[in-house]
Amino acid sequence: MTLVEERPEAHEEAVETIWQDAPGLAGFFSSVDHKRIGMRYIYTAFVFFFIAGVQALVMRAQLSTPDADVVSPQVYNQLFTMHGVMMIFLFNTPVLAGFGNYIVPLQLGTRDMAFPRLNAFSYWIFVLSGLFMISSLAIGKQPDGGWFAYVPLTSKEYSPGVNMDFWGLGVAFAGISTTVGAVNFIVTTFKMRAPGMTVNRLPMFVWSILSMAFMVIFAVPAVTVASLMLEADRLFGTAFFNPAEGGSPLLYQHLFWFWGHPEVYILFVPATGMISMIIPVFARRRLAGYTWAAASLIGIGFISFGVWVHHMFATGLPALAMSLFSAASLIIAIPSGVLFFCWIATMWRGRVQWATPMLFALGFMLIFLLGGITGVMVAVLPFDWQVHDSYFVVAHFHYVLNGAVVFPIFGALYFWLPKMTGRMLDERLGKASFWTMFVGFNLAFFPMHILGFLGMPRRMYTYPAGLGWEALNVVISIGSAMFGLGTLLTVAAFVRGRRRGAPAGANPWNADSLEWATATSPPPHYNFEAIPVVAGRHPLWEEEAVCDATSGDDDATRAYGPPGAVARETPVSTGLDALPEETMTIPGETYVPFFLALGLGVFFVGLLVETTLVVVVGLVVAAAGLVTWGWRTEADLR
Amino acid sequence: MTLATAEAVTEPTRSPETGGRSIARWGMAVLIATEAMIFATLLSSYIFVRAASKEWPLGHIEPPKLGLIWFFTAVLLGSSGPMFFAEHGIKKGNQTRLRLGLALVFLMGASFLGFLAYEYHELDFGIRDNAYGTLFYTITGLHAAHVIGGLLMIGMLQIKAWMGKFTAERHETVAVIGMYWHFVDVVWIFVFATLYLSAQFG
Ligand code: HEM
Ligand SMILES: [Cu+2]
Repeated sequence: MTLVEERPEAHEEAVETIWQDAPGLAGFFSSVDHKRIGMRYIYTAFVFFFIAGVQALVMRAQLSTPDADVVSPQVYNQLFTMHGVMMIFLFNTPVLAGFGNYIVPLQLGTRDMAFPRLNAFSYWIFVLSGLFMISSLAIGKQPDGGWFAYVPLTSKEYSPGVNMDFWGLGVAFAGISTTVGAVNFIVTTFKMRAPGMTVNRLPMFVWSILSMAFMVIFAVPAVTVASLMLEADRLFGTAFFNPAEGGSPLLYQHLFWFWGHPEVYILFVPATGMISMIIPVFARRRLAGYTWAAASLIGIGFISFGVWVHHMFATGLPALAMSLFSAASLIIAIPSGVLFFCWIATMWRGRVQWATPMLFALGFMLIFLLGGITGVMVAVLPFDWQVHDSYFVVAHFHYVLNGAVVFPIFGALYFWLPKMTGRMLDERLGKASFWTMFVGFNLAFFPMHILGFLGMPRRMYTYPAGLGWEALNVVISIGSAMFGLGTLLTVAAFVRGRRRGAPAGANPWNADSLEWATATSPPPHYNFEAIPVVAGRHPLWEEEAVCDATSGDDDATRAYGPPGAVARETPVSTGLDALPEETMTIPGETYVPFFLALGLGVFFVGLLVETTLVVVVGLVVAAAGLVTWGWRTEADLR
Repeated sequence: MTLATAEAVTEPTRSPETGGRSIARWGMAVLIATEAMIFATLLSSYIFVRAASKEWPLGHIEPPKLGLIWFFTAVLLGSSGPMFFAEHGIKKGNQTRLRLGLALVFLMGASFLGFLAYEYHELDFGIRDNAYGTLFYTITGLHAAHVIGGLLMIGMLQIKAWMGKFTAERHETVAVIGMYWHFVDVVWIFVFATLYLSAQFG
């Protein structure tokens, strides 16, 4: 095998045509390009973010003054429920999947995900399940039983409307997307790595997505089963959670939190992966303690399964069991702490440049410190009983979900959008956005801790004057509006960047990982004309430049060089050492994933409106899609 | 990097044993893991509800009868045999073994389903009666749905096999669907042990 590449001259055009999607709508519905899908994931998720954000601001308008009547109590219930549901199921989870989709194949040095069609499918499921849930807003019947939908409140008896059905069916529907996405991430990470990218050289973001995907595989079934059981009880009168017929409401809580707690880490871990990419780049220093940090990401994944009961300390479980879970909840502070020290050490030893992504990373670290501390506080039993269901809890989970997840996501936007769009975002607006968000965030959520101590309960649509809560509530509302304004400044930075931003070039930040090794920004359709050969943990920072692999004439290496790009092929490698194993043909455009998703959508709508005909039509379309998919598997790949 | 190291990491290491389209098998393995969690969740729910009940089965329901189900359990588990037989056949390029094996798998799976339908018909309680009925029908029904899904796939394989689409080199779909089928069989052991055997000791 020679390593000096002779580039076949006139193949540029051939490559373009074979990878190009059909123009217009046809390409929109049939594309399987991981970059296109990743971008769409991100854009769609942000639409939900802003809708849920507006709902939060309406709630804050209602709570700014005592005895306000901006919204009725019924509407307030709908607002906090859908705000939570959208933020978690339709923004945080999918936006991270979007970054994973776009970035992971590039960081691994391959030309697409392991299952490109499955990837398109998971996107379509996400959009359709989102539309499904959001249509409850359009008809004014949003779910109103809280984002964790405890029975018996959410049983047919106490929540007779269609509201909670949007939740139960929507959550199960959206879970399909998360699950197949996770399958794709796991197989991609193990089997699609560029030569030389052994396990101990994986970028931290890939580690975090891998850990997230494993948590999804083992945790999401619990919430899927729980929500479908709830729906069965509601729609068909089964008795899972009906104590009168021997069912158990407590079972619901166990099932829900068996997923619910890992879910926090499903969101948090990829966010730390983003931070672990950003900090070394702007500290101009390799990540300190790489092995420890990677082990922590995986460790968090494991421990997160041992702690779900801490959400149920107020249910009166046996004391010993509760103490064990309390201890496990404290242990999770260890891997989180390790990560924290790795970041600090990296910054300490490097020379930090305060570009916008780095500002968001710093903001994240400060917030995380506080959120972590309050988390440890609520893991302690007597304390939990004290603040249970008070605003202290609202403060805590916003420090984690909004602070420790949303700040990294915004940092990641500034960091990776230049790669995705080819243009830099506006730095001035970016910095303004960060400071507005950071100050707004703390004004909004810090006082909530105090309100919690003062006894203000969560999920309360109003409160009487004279309890000493007024001033703090005003501050919180002002902070919330400020935070919202800050996010809009990022939209402005993005729009301005797209119009007038400086061209990004291939590697604007002088970063280390392979996504920056593509020839251009945005990367060409095929990502890499020739697959890069990796010689270290930070390919672009190694002494010697990344070199191109060349195609051999065997089945394992024939896609390495430009001939692979021409043939729409990409190499498959061995699990641990990333040695060449075989060649995969990347499937072309197809409508099948869309129709399969659509069929499932119709099926869920049928259940919602309780019409057998619609259910059957949905099932038939889905089955037809599945059969076509299965039938063409090998034909496509030949 | 030096030429030697670069060549080392780009040297193919395909062993003929494992080689060939392994991506799909990885995908199926992960999918099976998450499916297994679904069954684990349901079976744990069964055990949880049972532990909280004074009597089991609830109400005046009899524990499931054993008799014939032993036989059909053997049929279902046994159907993994012809599946192996078919897979190994096509590995050597033997089309007859593939077709014959798949046909047998299909028949055995279908007869298991037939028996379940018969059993449902005989039972004198419904899914709405109480938590026991709900869990019994949900878990066996979910398993049956997996059998049906498996049979659809096996049916498709069968048609493809008759069209001669598989060769000794290319038969990844057979292997992947085979994995799924074995999984459906293995899960039944747990369902059977929990719902049928353990329920005898009310
Ligand atoms: C502009 C930023 C945000 C503001 C002003 C805000 C405000 C609020 C308010 C006022 C509540 C209701 C509290 C109550 O009455 O009990 C709430 C609940 C909640 N929020 Fe946010 N929030 C924001 C961002 C987020 C984000 C980014 C997430 C998650 C990713 C999130 C997740 C939740 C959840 C899970 C609930 C609980 C819903 C329930 O009780 O069922 N929020 N938020
Ligand atoms: Cu938790």
